Amino acid sequence: MRPFNFALGAEESAVLKSGAIANTKFIAGGTNLVDLMKCEVEHPAHVLDINALPMSNVEREGQGVRIGALVRMSDAADHPLVLRGFPAISQALLLSASPQLRNAASLGGNLMQRVRCPYFRELTWTPCNKREPGSGCSAINGDNRMHAILGTSEACIATHPSDFAVALAALDGVLTIRSAKGEREVAATDFHLLPGTTPHLEHNLKAGELITSIYLPDARHAQRSAYLKIRDRASYEFALTSAAIGLEVSGGVIRSARVALGGVATKPWRSRDAEAALVGKAADVPAFRNAADVALRSAKGYEHNGFKIELAKRTLVRALTDLAGGAA
Amino acid sequence: MTLPPCYEPLDEDEVPDASEDADRVTAAEGPAGSSRRSFLVGSAVATASAFVVPLLAGADSKPAAPESANATRVTLDINGKLHELQLDPRTTLLDVLRENLDLTGAKKGCDQGACGACTVLVDGRRVNSCLTLAVMHSGKKIVTIEGLSIDGRLHPLQAAFIRNDGFQCGYCTPGQICSAVALLSEGHTKSDDEIREWMSGNLCRCGAYLNIVAAVREAANETV
Repeated sequence: MRPFNFALGAEESAVLKSGAIANTKFIAGGTNLVDLMKCEVEHPAHVLDINALPMSNVEREGQGVRIGALVRMSDAADHPLVLRGFPAISQALLLSASPQLRNAASLGGNLMQRVRCPYFRELTWTPCNKREPGSGCSAINGDNRMHAILGTSEACIATHPSDFAVALAALDGVLTIRSAKGEREVAATDFHLLPGTTPHLEHNLKAGELITSIYLPDARHAQRSAYLKIRDRASYEFALTSAAIGLEVSGGVIRSARVALGGVATKPWRSRDAEAALVGKAADVPAFRNAADVALRSAKGYEHNGFKIELAKRTLVRALTDLAGGAA
Repeated sequence: MTLPPCYEPLDEDEVPDASEDADRVTAAEGPAGSSRRSFLVGSAVATASAFVVPLLAGADSKPAAPESANATRVTLDINGKLHELQLDPRTTLLDVLRENLDLTGAKKGCDQGACGACTVLVDGRRVNSCLTLAVMHSGKKIVTIEGLSIDGRLHPLQAAFIRNDGFQCGYCTPGQICSAVALLSEGHTKSDDEIREWMSGNLCRCGAYLNIVAAVREAANETV
């Protein structure tokens, strides 16, 4: 790990001011940042501890729930307001990582986590466009079993690793972002960027900006939502494929639907086309299968991950079938 | 010298002059062989007043403390005992326990949060001590495997691990036990499946899982 200056932030305006200094990283749980600092993929000059900021509340606000960005994954997953109104969020959090990591990792940090592509982490011998723009992508012709099939580019095929971000994209989460200059809101679906020719740009947070809270709007399809995660082992593993879904069904007909896929894309993958394919249809397997075909229409497999295309479809069909069966 | 209001100020006589400090720092080599000179030129000189100064400690470094340009003072409460330390901010909680305090119960397995061998309790919650900076733990109550027994009496989980032979080589055991102590208070012990899911952050390469689950189940039943 390279040397850095460490500072405790006690007050928001000062933290935001210091955060704008070049090469500064905010730290909350540190589970991703410290790991990447050890392998020197991350090498900030300054590390600013933001844990003292008052961003750890979960509360009702208007027609929804606001969650502070410092709320730990384990606390958000267990919170009655999250469990009741947004079960997919709770499930996605509980299916993430391990109890130890969930106790430490904050929700803001979860959204800021970097990819788990092994070539990204390995800086001694492999090129990586994300780590070193223009150096090349080792995964495209390498070991790419865990990599993305949606939203990829010639420059990068790394999968976005978060489960929580997938559920947040499905349920129309909105991020509040602050800087010394003020506050703005960004839809969760607009927060992460496709790699394109600039895979080193992963989100639209500018220098000095901090995610301060996350807003979840109430909806019937959010109340009846779920997260299904398929992985190589039963627990403590990243997704091969996952689906965050929400359904509002009455009289056997789907009135509204939310669909986002994880483990398969370079960013949390909301599929509005699949949602449109579901609305107005009977809540049955043929409709679910059709929606799955729509969701994966643009998927592109690589040497070792072609299986994910069919697996993602089946994941979505199973998630929708289980959810519809639960209360249709 | 003006300090931003977010930093905890040290006593005035402990705040070193930035130029003096820069001299001291540039004379030192980084641990990876990289000179700190380039690091300073790029960042610290320009920002010394903003970042470095309030956290620089005085000259009273203890022998165990690493030679560091920006050593940070922290008081850690470990197993009920307070430790005043001056640490390079890079030091993880795990490394402080093992290297500075000789508490070698928590183990360094993967050192990247993937195995759980380093699990300790921070304010009663289990965390991976390898993925957290020690300087972030001032004022928190840290309990390691060494702090679980009371007056020589084993914690019920320690006893249950022995009775159920919940280990083979023993390397993962301190982490398993600390994790299970938290698990008991979290209450996720209603079935063997639930125990397995909530112990999944602790790997055992010997494969003693069957007996680990049995030990946790037994301790959970005892403490009900």
